[in-house]
Amino acid sequence: MAEQLPTVALSQQKDVRIVEFTNSKIIDELNIAEIGQALTAIIDQSPNPKLLLDFGQVEHLSSAALGMLINANGRIKSKNGQLRLCNIKPQIYEVFLITKLNKLFYIHPTRQEALASFT
Amino acid sequence: MAKREVKMTIASDYSEARKAHREIMGAVDASGFNESSTFAIKLALEEVLMNAIKHGNQCDPAKNVRIEAVISPRQFELTVEDEGRGFDPAEVPDPRTEENLEKIHGRGLLLMRSYMDEVEYTRGGRRVRMVKKNREEAPHPPPC
Repeated sequence: MAEQLPTVALSQQKDVRIVEFTNSKIIDELNIAEIGQALTAIIDQSPNPKLLLDFGQVEHLSSAALGMLINANGRIKSKNGQLRLCNIKPQIYEVFLITKLNKLFYIHPTRQEALASFT
Repeated sequence: MAKREVKMTIASDYSEARKAHREIMGAVDASGFNESSTFAIKLALEEVLMNAIKHGNQCDPAKNVRIEAVISPRQFELTVEDEGRGFDPAEVPDPRTEENLEKIHGRGLLLMRSYMDEVEYTRGGRRVRMVKKNREEAPHPPPC
């Protein structure tokens, strides 16, 4: 069986957990479920989670992936945490615009700007 | 350049859908679609297959999804039919409203309509035909 590569790369900057999606496509149901579980675990680790999602590698995503992000957002909000998204390629950002999810999520062009926006 | 046709019937299984997706996108890539159109087709194809399996056939392994793609350098045409109960696309709530924005589901149809030039449901919602012309065009949100 081929080795499974991790779907996310984790790092930390001060009290902000940074999650970088390592797959270029967040479309596979199994992949999405795995990422969702990883995000839930990270969110549950902290009383007031601060989470930054870096989409630099992402070239495709599906509506199921958007649902997973909305779920993560809801969990963070329920814990008075903060969620930011960054490095979204124009074609992917278009998906957020079409679905009006740019109004739900705090989206920044760069990781640096996103990190600076946490309070 | 010749037309490419991809015809298959798959079980209501995500790994089968993956294979179908790969085969169809292979034909699209070989037909010289531009980047924008390729992105649009990839996204809409994913949505329509997932809808057929998850919502149409309710992931019932006994139910199949029939897929037919006709790809030429100028146009991508896809027909997908499930064996479910059907639905009325007009009754799918708009996911962009304030009350629906935070709902986990319900965006597939919006994305298909935004990225494809034509989307037509027949046979009580069990069959959908989509067309994408190969040209540079920003996606247009459907009228409210």
